[in-house]
Amino acid sequence: MENIAPHKEIIAEWAPNEKVAVESAVGACYAGARSITAMKHVGLNVAADPFFTMGYTGVNGGMVLVSADDPGLHSSQNEQDNRYYARMAKVALLEPSDSQECKDMVIRAMEISEKYDVLVMIRMTTRVCHSKSIVELGERVEVPIKPYVKNVPKYNVSPANAKALHLVVEKKLKELEKFSNETDLNFIEWNDKKVGVISSGVAYQYAKEVFGKDASYLKLGFTNPLPLEKIKKFADQVETLYVVEELEPFIEDQIKAAGIKCIGKEKIPNTWELNPDIVKKAIFGTENQIIDYDRNLAVGRPPTLCAGCPHRAFFYQLSKKKNTMITGDIGCYTLGGAPPLNAMDTCVCMGASVSMAHGAKKVFEKNNDDKRVVATIGDSTFFHSGMTSLLDVVFNKGNTITCILDNRITAMTGHQDNPGTGYTLQGDITETVEIEPVVRALGIKHVRTINPLNQAETKEALNWAYGLNEPSVIISRYPCALKKYTKEDLEEFGPLSGYCTVDEDTCIGCKICVSTGCPAIVFKKDIKKSSINKVQCVGCELCLQVCPKKAISKVGE
Amino acid sequence: MKDTKNILLVGVGGQGTILVSKILSTGLMEAGYDVKMSEIHGMAQRGGSVSTQVRYGEEVFSPIIGIGEADILVSFETMETIRWLEYLKPDGVVVINDFKLPSAPILMGQVDYPEGIIEQIQEKANTKVINAAQIAEELGNQRVMNVVLLGALIKSMNLTHIDWDAVIRSQVKESFADINIKAFNRGMDAV
Repeated sequence: MENIAPHKEIIAEWAPNEKVAVESAVGACYAGARSITAMKHVGLNVAADPFFTMGYTGVNGGMVLVSADDPGLHSSQNEQDNRYYARMAKVALLEPSDSQECKDMVIRAMEISEKYDVLVMIRMTTRVCHSKSIVELGERVEVPIKPYVKNVPKYNVSPANAKALHLVVEKKLKELEKFSNETDLNFIEWNDKKVGVISSGVAYQYAKEVFGKDASYLKLGFTNPLPLEKIKKFADQVETLYVVEELEPFIEDQIKAAGIKCIGKEKIPNTWELNPDIVKKAIFGTENQIIDYDRNLAVGRPPTLCAGCPHRAFFYQLSKKKNTMITGDIGCYTLGGAPPLNAMDTCVCMGASVSMAHGAKKVFEKNNDDKRVVATIGDSTFFHSGMTSLLDVVFNKGNTITCILDNRITAMTGHQDNPGTGYTLQGDITETVEIEPVVRALGIKHVRTINPLNQAETKEALNWAYGLNEPSVIISRYPCALKKYTKEDLEEFGPLSGYCTVDEDTCIGCKICVSTGCPAIVFKKDIKKSSINKVQCVGCELCLQVCPKKAISKVGE
Repeated sequence: MKDTKNILLVGVGGQGTILVSKILSTGLMEAGYDVKMSEIHGMAQRGGSVSTQVRYGEEVFSPIIGIGEADILVSFETMETIRWLEYLKPDGVVVINDFKLPSAPILMGQVDYPEGIIEQIQEKANTKVINAAQIAEELGNQRVMNVVLLGALIKSMNLTHIDWDAVIRSQVKESFADINIKAFNRGMDAV
């Protein structure tokens, strides 16, 4: 997105959530432009509603949806295989296996979309997204915006129209299957015919690595609908047929259902990320020789909240609350659930903290349990889907404490702007949506905005909320420690400066400062004293406030 | 494929492994190799274990390096070498930065930073130890530690025929080009 942003000829935007993104792209597509929208695998769950209907209406300008799966859960909550979405929504599906194919397939996808009047999904995986290979550029072709013509039977899926559209979709799928059998996106590489391999995406690269020239390949770039005729012809000419695919047996099940014999998931696991080692071991039972050494010497290196992270300061106070269930959400602050803070019980999906807290609190009340339920959600996640959840709390007379951890940016994914930052994707100034008025407008009567780095203020706000018998919201507002401050940030917060230091004579080695989990603080076991790494410390003063002996002071302000 | 060379760079988030792999990939690409680069940086922006992989040769398929397949393991942080050592070919080269970044359990005093890592690896593999932090500090900027390690890597992989000065100039901000080139040369001299 950041690479597209400078192209003035392209309308490019961050959307608050995936459903909104897809719907904006659908609108643009109906209005006649080629449109593309991209999201994580779980993002398509949020966008599933317009996605499925797009399967029926088809397009005006070409439309492509890029869905990036995360086999291996490098930074996700599940390993769903989104190829099933394409089949279920009856849309065309492409699977690139390297950077060149990523580029080429977007062009092919647009052409397929416009020729067959279908939405085209491009399914990426972590190792296609987070890898780079050489790309040769082509000639740019300008495509004009098509005229918009009102077409109610096509674009308005009232039941009568949709009923007719379903028949159209089935006809399109037949045409797409013919295309799938003919297209060079699905190609055969003949080598030795004793072994045949069918593969798609990055798994194809792994298969090539493992089988080399000792096998023939049917490489599938277009995988919905599958080219079953081409597959049958390939299968007929090889002695043993393997299907090598990452995650689920999407291709294999359909091949088997067509009565074609093949070996797939009985050998190759459907859990975690695939790699050449796993394929080799599964098929040939061989493993590479490795150096023999004591692996246990390495101490774990879990990701941590950064030094100076405002979330740490908030969670530090929240972690002290007893008889509390803390629901969490998706963002850096999910790390608030990790030791030593341990201040989060649940994490399910974006926006879930607020609505789950509501449901849980209702049950505790019904069960005469006076447990409090606190929801913790970030600023951009609140804009994503926390707002509707909070509306539910108000509407259904909930009694939860919702804490919006507003660090003034979408931090975890690399500091993207959002409706609360005041800047667009292009860095242009736009309306800054303030959270407090939004919360009040949703019907929350008890709202406080606090500075989490002020521990007394944070503690007092939590006590205030716990004392209420109606839903409340605490907005914990302070910029991400890694954020490049805007002019507005500097005016509101001023720069963080200096660093903290421990007076070793006063320090009693109680480790309370260590219990904040700040990576700038080291506990020196030999002298039983804390020490602060001045290079890492940003001077947030959390440790200074929690120290019972006032052994920590600030230097260099 | 058999002729493909595998370079594994490991370290801690924020140490600059990605810039090194970018310079490396660009140089290899300009020298006419097929190149694939892959990186994983985990959940947090900083502080987690990171790895970057560069594969080059006539034609490269998989973007990732298998266990026991790396020709060289360049570790930006001492303990990380242990975490990734199983990826090294038994006759591969290890370049270890003699530089410790304690992880959370160590910072909190739950466990000690492991002792004797370098000695153990020296017994098992062709090991080159380099104090890149000290070299970078001598040059006046600790952040160029990564490019010191790049220099050591290039020398160890016999890739000195490529014009790395020009590649570095094309990949870093102009004002940092000279210090990075100095860092690169010091890294070459250190192994």
